[in-house]
Amino acid sequence: MMKDRLSDLVKLLTLVLFVTTSFTSFAQEIPTDAAAISAGEALFNGNCKSCHRVKQKLVGPALAGVENRAPSIAWIIEWVKNPAKKIASGDEYANKIYNEYNKSQMTAFTSYTDAQILSILAYVKADAEKVEVAPAAAQQTAGGGSAGVPSSYLNAIVGGMLLILLLMLVILGLIVSALKKYLNQKELSEDDQQVVNSPYTFATITRSSGFIFLVVFIVAAVGFKTTIDGLYSIGVQQDYQPKQPIAFSHKLHAGSYEIDCKYCHTGVLKGKQANIPSPNICMNCHTQIKQESPEIQKIYAAIGYDSKTASYTGKQKPIEWVRIHNLPDLAYFNHAQHVNVGGIECQTCHGPVQEMEVVKQYSLLTMGWCIDCHRKTDVNTKDNEYYNKLNELHLSAKKSKMKVEDIGGLECAKCHY
Amino acid sequence: MSTTTKKTYWKGLAQLKNDPSYVKHADKEFVDMGVSEDPGHSRRDFLKMMGFSVAAASLAACEAPIRKAIPYVVKPLDADAGIPNYYASTYVNGGDYCSVVVKVRDGRPIKLDGNALSSVTKGGTSAQVEASVLSLYDNFRLRGPKTPSSEINKAKWEDVDKGIIAKLEEVSGKGEQIRIVSNTILSPSTKASIEKFKAKYPTTTHIQYDPISYYGLLKANEESFGSAIIPSYDFSKAKVIVSVGADFLGTWLSPIEFAKAYGTTRAVSEEKRDMSRHYQFESNLSLTGANADYRSLMKPSQEGAVLAQIYNIIAGRNAADSGVAHVEKAAKELLANKGASLVVCSSNDKEVQVLVNEINNLLGNYGSTILTSLPVNFRQGNDEAMTAFIEDTKASKIGAVIFFNCNPVYDHPKGAELASALKNTKLAVSTSCTPDETASASGYMAPDHHYLESWNDFEPKPNHYSLSQPAITPLFPTRQAQESLLIWAGDKNVEYYSVISENWKNWFFAKQTSSLDFQSFWDKCLYEGVYELPVEQKELSFTSHAEDALSKIGASKKSTGFELVIYESYAIGNGNQANNPLLQELPDPITKATWDHYITVSQKDAREVLKLDNDAEGYTKLISLTLGGNTIKLPALIQPGQAPGTIGVALGYGRTKVGTVADGIGVNVYPWVATTNGSLNYSITTGLTVASTEDDFQLAQTQTHQTYMGRESVIQESVLSEFKENPAAGREYPKITNWDEKVDPATLSLWKGHEYKSHYWGMAIDLNTCNGCAACVVACNVENNVALVGKKEVINRREMHWLRIDRYYSSDANPEDYKAAEIAAENPEVVFQPMMCQHCNNAPCETVCPVAATTHSTEGLNQMTYNRCIGTRYCANNCPYKVRRFNWFKYHDNQQFYQSNPAMNTDLGRMVLNPEVTVRSRGVMEKCSFCVQRIQTGKLTAKKERRPMKDGEVITACQAACSTGAIVFGDMNNSESHISKLLKIESDPKRPYGIDKKIGNPRAYRVLEDIGVKPNVFYLTKIKNRDEKKEHA
Repeated sequence: MMKDRLSDLVKLLTLVLFVTTSFTSFAQEIPTDAAAISAGEALFNGNCKSCHRVKQKLVGPALAGVENRAPSIAWIIEWVKNPAKKIASGDEYANKIYNEYNKSQMTAFTSYTDAQILSILAYVKADAEKVEVAPAAAQQTAGGGSAGVPSSYLNAIVGGMLLILLLMLVILGLIVSALKKYLNQKELSEDDQQVVNSPYTFATITRSSGFIFLVVFIVAAVGFKTTIDGLYSIGVQQDYQPKQPIAFSHKLHAGSYEIDCKYCHTGVLKGKQANIPSPNICMNCHTQIKQESPEIQKIYAAIGYDSKTASYTGKQKPIEWVRIHNLPDLAYFNHAQHVNVGGIECQTCHGPVQEMEVVKQYSLLTMGWCIDCHRKTDVNTKDNEYYNKLNELHLSAKKSKMKVEDIGGLECAKCHY
Repeated sequence: MSTTTKKTYWKGLAQLKNDPSYVKHADKEFVDMGVSEDPGHSRRDFLKMMGFSVAAASLAACEAPIRKAIPYVVKPLDADAGIPNYYASTYVNGGDYCSVVVKVRDGRPIKLDGNALSSVTKGGTSAQVEASVLSLYDNFRLRGPKTPSSEINKAKWEDVDKGIIAKLEEVSGKGEQIRIVSNTILSPSTKASIEKFKAKYPTTTHIQYDPISYYGLLKANEESFGSAIIPSYDFSKAKVIVSVGADFLGTWLSPIEFAKAYGTTRAVSEEKRDMSRHYQFESNLSLTGANADYRSLMKPSQEGAVLAQIYNIIAGRNAADSGVAHVEKAAKELLANKGASLVVCSSNDKEVQVLVNEINNLLGNYGSTILTSLPVNFRQGNDEAMTAFIEDTKASKIGAVIFFNCNPVYDHPKGAELASALKNTKLAVSTSCTPDETASASGYMAPDHHYLESWNDFEPKPNHYSLSQPAITPLFPTRQAQESLLIWAGDKNVEYYSVISENWKNWFFAKQTSSLDFQSFWDKCLYEGVYELPVEQKELSFTSHAEDALSKIGASKKSTGFELVIYESYAIGNGNQANNPLLQELPDPITKATWDHYITVSQKDAREVLKLDNDAEGYTKLISLTLGGNTIKLPALIQPGQAPGTIGVALGYGRTKVGTVADGIGVNVYPWVATTNGSLNYSITTGLTVASTEDDFQLAQTQTHQTYMGRESVIQESVLSEFKENPAAGREYPKITNWDEKVDPATLSLWKGHEYKSHYWGMAIDLNTCNGCAACVVACNVENNVALVGKKEVINRREMHWLRIDRYYSSDANPEDYKAAEIAAENPEVVFQPMMCQHCNNAPCETVCPVAATTHSTEGLNQMTYNRCIGTRYCANNCPYKVRRFNWFKYHDNQQFYQSNPAMNTDLGRMVLNPEVTVRSRGVMEKCSFCVQRIQTGKLTAKKERRPMKDGEVITACQAACSTGAIVFGDMNNSESHISKLLKIESDPKRPYGIDKKIGNPRAYRVLEDIGVKPNVFYLTKIKNRDEKKEHA
């Protein structure tokens, strides 16, 4: 009895809570605080960005000003949660957008809370109001980041030095002829005369022992260097760019559409493998977009999707991608450690993937390359209590920031076991 | 009272007697046996190949290899590549039960751990359970069903069903008998399925038998309690334990459960200076006997007399002396600990077990250490019903028989008769996973899934339920055996999963209140693997039959000549998993023999009767045993502690249809099991003829393979009486000589010592709770992809185990005195010591490696880098603990090791490999890494969650496998960790991160402290509960 009464009470309480929250949410305005905006930004980048931009029309409409355009904020919330229902209900504005965008329907985000959707709107609003930063300034900061000398400078220096060398050669030639003239005016013994007047021919130079030594030395040194480099490059597949079974363009998806890498490579924060996306992720967008493309048809064939009837046939055939980054079995690498814990950008190792039509291996992926980075990189200790004690100990002894090397990042058993 | 004696430790008889065969190789890390790989090519070929390979390598370098990456088509939500999932499940094998957690990596089960939520097994495992994951990938498994007319694996399920149903209907229509034969069925849903089958075919009878029978115990309890049950034994409450022949830590009844409970009574500390006292009376030196405080030699024929003497003393009557040592002492102590004592006996003779019941009843043990209110459901086999079934089959009274996951043709004494009788039976079906002896004798093979592919439920004890769930999609077109039964009973479209969940809905969900809907109830049960309900505490009432039992026992025992004790092999068990190389290569805890079937004989009999002598290299002769016209020949192994006049022989060998691993190993001795008082009897007291032959044989034993050159501070032990006075009893404090004084070796060092700022990993092993069961060894093998090398290479001392259990015999005789040594070797004491890389802080291996392939980490680990190792083997030579193992061969992808190491040489076997650990190649050294892959994973989890590490987050494979908790691993820099508290670590405020921490536990010692290598593995002294005092030699 007691139990029943208790559970009734609980039910009542939940109901009250539910009603009040839903009530308040309807009445809610778009928040303006920074926390909501940043939460919204994360959600937007992770989920919306594949189809929407704030100020630019993409697969879906530009979202700037959507809060004024749409019938109401409550309408937007309902739409995001279930667009199909809204269209089916015969809603005028919903059908208008649906027809305007070639009847491609937006993915439903049923799991979103009202607060989450409002935070996305908050971000959209804030971003739309932001004044555009001058691109020149951005470029400048980017250029200032690299400390090296531009290559054009180097070319000029080398050219200048060559010119100087040439001038010196001319001057030396002039000096020699002047000396010859001067010596010829003097009385010389026969032997000396012969020496002075011996002609400088190509043959005399090439037969001289100094020249032969120099040539042999250079050839041997270059040969040796090439061999060593060649041996070191065995198994190194930098710039490896195999043809893939589907011509997927990172340039288009990650570049033009700025889809977050993590949207498709879902494992990157969780574990060892970043995961090659399974076709069901492609289908989030491609049930609607570019259905006719022969490359998309390959995805349909893999997942068993009939685009005419918009249904799954159940006949599946996995896609056999060609692996680009092949670490040897004896080396252990974990994406989560580097991306999640270390906070390293994907591009640091994979290069400008957003500019690659076909992905290639950008980095060397040799042990030297790994070690080099472990020596240079600071440990990302920010907001990570795991490192608190270590960091404290490090800073008490040294002034420089704690590098990966300082906490055993060069030890064998960190990667080999 | 106390006498002081000197003690010597020895690993084998050859060492004790300083036999030339032992001395020859004693000082060598690598014995020159000659590399005996079949090279198949000469030195000139090598040069040719080298030239070619240089060219090939440079060509290959131009073009990258095409490697495919194939993602899921539709990725399941919880399956992420590279992240393991864990599923609770249950291991059951011929009556053995263990609740387990299966680690599944990328869809493949790769490791088993105990399930701590089960109140039956409490997270414990055994070597057989740990090894069973490899049986899933056994190449011998059936890959499809078979009909009498089809070839093996080639039939279709429709044809099988059609044929079987037609025959069943024919047989049933004529009113002929149908039998379902199985081992003990623990599963309520399976029983329900069998009932359904019976309803369709009313002439069906279900017969349960067990390869190792406990029928005598069942019948004795029927007599004493009026109910044929086996009670639960609670060793944890026993202060005095007397076992007459029962190897309860190794094989008897429910060893995983017992080992855990026994371990709690053996644990001692500065605060708890008390432990149980354990008496063992037995013929073979068993794992349990090795752990006993007092172990007495007894012939099987004396069993009744020993129990009668105990009974009479306890009953206060005149007791005839049985002639066995310590019986009176044991009986008096039992009497002094009424209600907190326990007497167990392995006998399968009803009368003997009735007497054991009488003793326990007089001692008031029922209701305290023995619970009849909680009977166990395993070992319910009925020998009489099984014998009757075989007789009926021979008399052609049986029309159809279904062998439900059992193998009586092999593991029943009358198996051969059954096999020939089956030829005349209309229908014989076997559901076994493999084409074993019984399946081969049956017309139909309808193979069941492996247990890791199946749905199942179990009830090991009343109201203690557990579930099995598939951890992998079935590898082959096999079918759940219960599903087969239901289909044959006429069900269409049956799916066993829905059968079980429907049953649980009706049986359990309806009666509980914690979950609102069935799905959440079911999910919770599956997640936890077990579902337990309270049990009513109602003990059965006891009826005494003492006089009757006493008189029958007195009359029955005759003894002539040698007596034979047939025992269940610790590693191979009942023979079901014989094809598992992990178990074949697991050294027996006592004999340290691998890959072999042998008889154990005493030193005295070996010399006087068989004219055999010890040999450190395992050379011996075949001995012929004759009983009732049957003769078998097996090699003899001279076993200290074997009762003179007795011979021990193990079951589980001599399989004839078993696959390549166990093919041709040993002899099947099941046919030698006799029947006494209606139940199977595992000892033979009369009629045995023993004769030596001239056939040579070499056993592969690991016992003398590593030696410490007589540095005997390795084992530090004492007795309880001394420990009570001084918790540091038995400790040795070696001193070394400085310029002018003797100092503690730890204070002298060439090195500055390390500083571990983050973690400081260390391990502590309690020698008192370690019972030598070797589950850790198998767990380590599976976790770390340790290669199995086969018998020949074990003989060559090239076994690869990273973790070994050193078994030391000790006796108080002067080793120089041959005669005295002989007497001492009759019944020595035994100490087990798990030995693995000690992760020395001043590691001798690190300083000698010319290529820095073995280095020290900032967390106290001694790291081994395989890809840097060039195989000089200097490190192994310099290792004082002999724990480094060298890859003499490429053990993977090498046909030479196909038989012994299928896990690295077959596509199926390779699925078991742990992807986190490199498979080592030829020419590199390897050793224990403290499961560095688990450490790294634990650290990463903490980092990802942005928090410091918690204690217990990293558990090594050996620690997880240890039922008694003898192995503790953890961070010694964390003052809250279990290991810090156990060792009572006080850190030095001047060097809080230094290696020289003060160890406050007086029992803790490092092996070979005097050489100053400062290991990070600590051992806690062995304490035996004996009266007399001991002193080290």
